[in-house]
Amino acid sequence: MKRYSAFAIAREALRHHTGWDRAWRSPEPKKKYDAIIVGAGGHGLATAYYLGKNYGIKNVAILEKGWLGGGNTGRNTTIIRSNYLQDPSAAIYEKARSLYETMSQDLNYNVMFSPRGVMMLAQTQHEIRGYQRTAHANKLQGVVTEFISPQRVKELVPIINIDGPRYPVLGALWQSRGGTARHDAVAWGYARACSAMGMDVIQQCEVTGVRTEGGKVIGVDTTKGAIDCDKLGIVVAGHSGVLAEKAGFRLPIESLALQALVSEPIKPCMDVVVMANTVHGYMSQSDKGEMVIGGGTDGFNNYTQRGSFHHIEETVRALNETFPIISRLKMLRQWGGIVDMTGDRSPILSKTPVEGIFVNCGWGTGGFKAIPGSGWAMAELIAKGYSPLTDEFSMWRFREGKFIDESVAAGVAH
Amino acid sequence: MLTLQCPYCGVDAEETELTAGGEAHLKRETVGAGDEAFEGYLFMRENPKGLHFERWRHSYGCGKWFLAARDTGTLEVFGTYPAQSKEPPLELRDKISAKRPGWSWREFK
Ligand SMILES: Cc1cc2nc3c(=O)[nH]c(=O)nc-3n(C[C@H](O)[C@H](O)[C@H](O)COP(=O)(O)OP(=O)(O)OC[C@H]3O[C@@H](n4cnc5c(N)ncnc54)[C@H](O)[C@@H]3O)c2cc1C
Ligand SMILES: [Zn+2]
Repeated sequence: MKRYSAFAIAREALRHHTGWDRAWRSPEPKKKYDAIIVGAGGHGLATAYYLGKNYGIKNVAILEKGWLGGGNTGRNTTIIRSNYLQDPSAAIYEKARSLYETMSQDLNYNVMFSPRGVMMLAQTQHEIRGYQRTAHANKLQGVVTEFISPQRVKELVPIINIDGPRYPVLGALWQSRGGTARHDAVAWGYARACSAMGMDVIQQCEVTGVRTEGGKVIGVDTTKGAIDCDKLGIVVAGHSGVLAEKAGFRLPIESLALQALVSEPIKPCMDVVVMANTVHGYMSQSDKGEMVIGGGTDGFNNYTQRGSFHHIEETVRALNETFPIISRLKMLRQWGGIVDMTGDRSPILSKTPVEGIFVNCGWGTGGFKAIPGSGWAMAELIAKGYSPLTDEFSMWRFREGKFIDESVAAGVAH
Repeated sequence: MLTLQCPYCGVDAEETELTAGGEAHLKRETVGAGDEAFEGYLFMRENPKGLHFERWRHSYGCGKWFLAARDTGTLEVFGTYPAQSKEPPLELRDKISAKRPGWSWREFK
């Protein structure tokens, strides 16, 4: 792998950009790998990356049915924060957020991490109490957040209307080192680094079956033929239930559509991320100037990557109240992703009933922010059979009643 | 927009008039059931890409709960039937078989 640098740009400028390598190889699958990861979204790629980087396990294939990052990783609104209430969540999300700070240097790939600050508005008395509680919890967890006044909100976001008629802004939970990153770049950067370690990133290769023998995994069937493996990581977000069924177990997961939209580009007007969970809407401004907007999930199981229009309408209506200036904006694009929702709205990083198979799923509406931490922890789980960061996220926690209940704090949690 | 016919009042109800209620034909576990049975009832869910049976409520209409057979991969609706049904009616099952030969969903075929 040739390193990217200012010097490389100058060198290539002088020779008409003929010397750039492909960012990653596109090999045919080998007969057998030590580990196969299904799903080349952020979580699958990060898992493979840390298997190689932290544990020296490099005979790895990452199989993707579509294209790199074409799942939720390339469809999300890129909010990164770690201000969760429960300790296990704060630990893994803060690990992830801190890894985002150095990701561009680590991968030698610009992921455009922008720690511009994330603000979660309190618009009811209940939310004030909830966010103050979270701010206290975050202090104990070592996550830097604070509860700020409406005046401070207005200073940070001049375009906001803090005295709306129905839901005035009563304060906010503020995480100054939260922010955004370029979603595609996260997938591409990891893919390039994995490929450079000798791993095979194989696109257009759908896993159609899981082969087991005596309760242990021995390989997978794919659209490019059968491939053997010692260990299998299933990291396919919305399709987790489908893959689990092929491997012969069930997951407490339902797949729903979540949508987002962007406006026409406008001049810079908001340099933080604002989330308004009571009215179900959140917004940030991309580097191109588009207002990036999202809301809540649709209500019913759906695999079509298309959501219902009335949810878009609800989201935009809610945001119009809080940000009057957007009422005249034209919306350019709208799309959906299939999110994997668990009963307690927390992820599953776990062993499974089949020896050698591990699952990483259930990130639902909010897993982009977790990609590096999740990959870090998942690699440890796969390599060593145990990780302190994944311990409480086992798939058996539901039976044991050990929920990691984040849904209490906020209806929308991206 | 998804449209389901309410089997009670007969209205072709649009999605905004309805509330989705999750997996149909769940067996409600009670005192005496083991951990696994409770886990299954409370948390484990069928999540197929394809034919699915679900509960829906005609919330902004007659208010009644009913059941529906739908394809989660195409959004095609096969039909709806009353919530009191222990299993999908034969007529509906035949209709599904015509379009998805050899289908199965939990214990139903
Ligand atoms: C509209 C929207 C907005 C969001 N906003 C945010 C946000 O602001 N902040 C945040 O933190 N999170 C957000 N999320 C959630 C976030 O996008 C996801 O949690 C995260 O990207 C999941 O990553 P992943 O790698 O697990 O899944 P994915 O990126 O979906 O990757 C899974 C991959 O598996 C592949 N696959 C599936 N089945 C197979 C098979 N049989 N064989 C081979 N490959 C297969 C898929 O093609 C896919 O590429 C949002 C999601 C959506 C949809
Ligand atoms: Zn009705």
